[in-house]
Amino acid sequence: MTGLRPDLAAIAAHVAPGSRVLDIGCGDGALMAVLEAQSGCDARGMELDGALVERCVSRGLSVVQGDANLDLANYPDKAFDYAILSQTLQTATRPDLMLDELLRVGRRAFVSFPNFAHWRTRLALLLGGRMPVTRALPVSWYETQNIHHVTVEDFRELARLKGAKVERAWFFSNEKQIGAPAANWRAEFAVFKLSR
Amino acid sequence: MPPMNAAPPASPVYRISQPLPLDSGQVLENCEIAYETYGTLAPDASNAVLVCHALTGDQYLASPHPITGKPGWWERMVGPGKPIDTNRHFVICANVIGSCMGSSGPASLAPDGQPYAMRFPVITIRDMVRGLVALLDGLGIERLHAVVGGSMGGMQALSLAANWPDRAARVLVIASTARHSAQNIAFHEVGRQAIMADPAWAEGDYYAAQAKPDNGLAVARMAAHITYLSEAGLTEKFGRRLQDRDAKSFGFDADFQVESYLRYQGSGFTRRFDANSYLYITRAMDYFDIAEEHGGKLADAFGGTQARFCLVSFDTDWLYPTAESRHIVHALNAAGAKVSFVELSAPHGHDSFLLEHDQLDRVVKGFVE
Repeated sequence: MTGLRPDLAAIAAHVAPGSRVLDIGCGDGALMAVLEAQSGCDARGMELDGALVERCVSRGLSVVQGDANLDLANYPDKAFDYAILSQTLQTATRPDLMLDELLRVGRRAFVSFPNFAHWRTRLALLLGGRMPVTRALPVSWYETQNIHHVTVEDFRELARLKGAKVERAWFFSNEKQIGAPAANWRAEFAVFKLSR
Repeated sequence: MPPMNAAPPASPVYRISQPLPLDSGQVLENCEIAYETYGTLAPDASNAVLVCHALTGDQYLASPHPITGKPGWWERMVGPGKPIDTNRHFVICANVIGSCMGSSGPASLAPDGQPYAMRFPVITIRDMVRGLVALLDGLGIERLHAVVGGSMGGMQALSLAANWPDRAARVLVIASTARHSAQNIAFHEVGRQAIMADPAWAEGDYYAAQAKPDNGLAVARMAAHITYLSEAGLTEKFGRRLQDRDAKSFGFDADFQVESYLRYQGSGFTRRFDANSYLYITRAMDYFDIAEEHGGKLADAFGGTQARFCLVSFDTDWLYPTAESRHIVHALNAAGAKVSFVELSAPHGHDSFLLEHDQLDRVVKGFVE
């Protein structure tokens, strides 16, 4: 689907046409553009990086420069059909509180994140004894924005603690979708669809 | 020197046939709006962009100023192939009421044939926009493709969106605010007091006199001009460098370049601006508080709006800092409006919106297109 990153393509394929969508950490707006053009969605974005916001606005998207840790509080309850958080949860100051906010502003939420329990990461730590730098997590520990690494099983547990229902999950390795069995070992990235 | 109150010849003037009702409860009879247009209005009038000017701006958006001869104040943004492209859009810029470039203001003649001076009613930003809406009616423009404004122009754009929500499809607000802060009001009060302390002000009744309150107006402009610049910008431009001398004079001449610059800005301003207009327009800005007009909650001002909004702030703007834009963005989010917001980095403070800025150009182009 239009060259989207696999996790974003999975999300795009499962957003109902004509929905109201908030894309948190929308980057250059690739997912928003697809949702607006192909699904007739009313897509809004939030992005911290001003240069990316400028690119979004100059391509006609509605994107607010803001910090998801703080600025989600300004949206009313259930303002969106979907709140999307792609590869941003692990950068949050408090991922648990951000998940609460996600499920408050959206009727449903999509969350994607790199799985820290992927076998490459495990091996790198086990054998190398150093913080893993892998294909999925390419930045060294002192530079990475990923301050709260999370695994597939950790996320399932957080969802359970928050009373969120996992409606569906998708797993990816090497840019391809893989099955759910042993996903906590095999998946480089995961996407969860939640509701509450 | 030409008389201050002589209307410049160039701009067409629209006469509002009905008395214009004002927020004060008064009405303005025979109200006139001087305006300039650029580009061609589409047969269905769908391509109109209204650009609103700032405190001391005017309708000479993209054409030379008749008094100073300088290029239009936003010529770098508006024109053929520019971010606001006059090949595609019909761009309108009108002098606000209360001002002095051809629209009704304190220098205009009252029904008794004498200048209004301080008999001119106190106006608000919403009153200015009432005048602009009357002009749009006169031009046959039901719904603007976009309304655009920086600083006080942004206040007008917001006021139009809040009070005439069907009149604009896009609302672009740059370096502006939804309310004047205590600090904003304080700086304006310094300016007004400087004008009123000038003996030549004569309770505003100076139009027939030899002397105008130029000294007071110049000081007002000097004080305001500081608020338009950043400290880093002033330091970079002037530092502590001396003006045309090698040593301090141990006197009160303009020893420093920054003093000389401010004096030049102040005196240049008096050639093109009416002191009473400065009083009236700063008052209108100080009274501005959109939330107050709508029951105290800013989000309520924009409830149900179908317009798309874009807000832009500059990181070095301490007159209308980013927090003010964010405040508007939060209200628009709460109202469910389609809104974009970006804080741009620029060294020159509030005035950055008038200066060269590629990112601003791209945002304006992308949003207005």
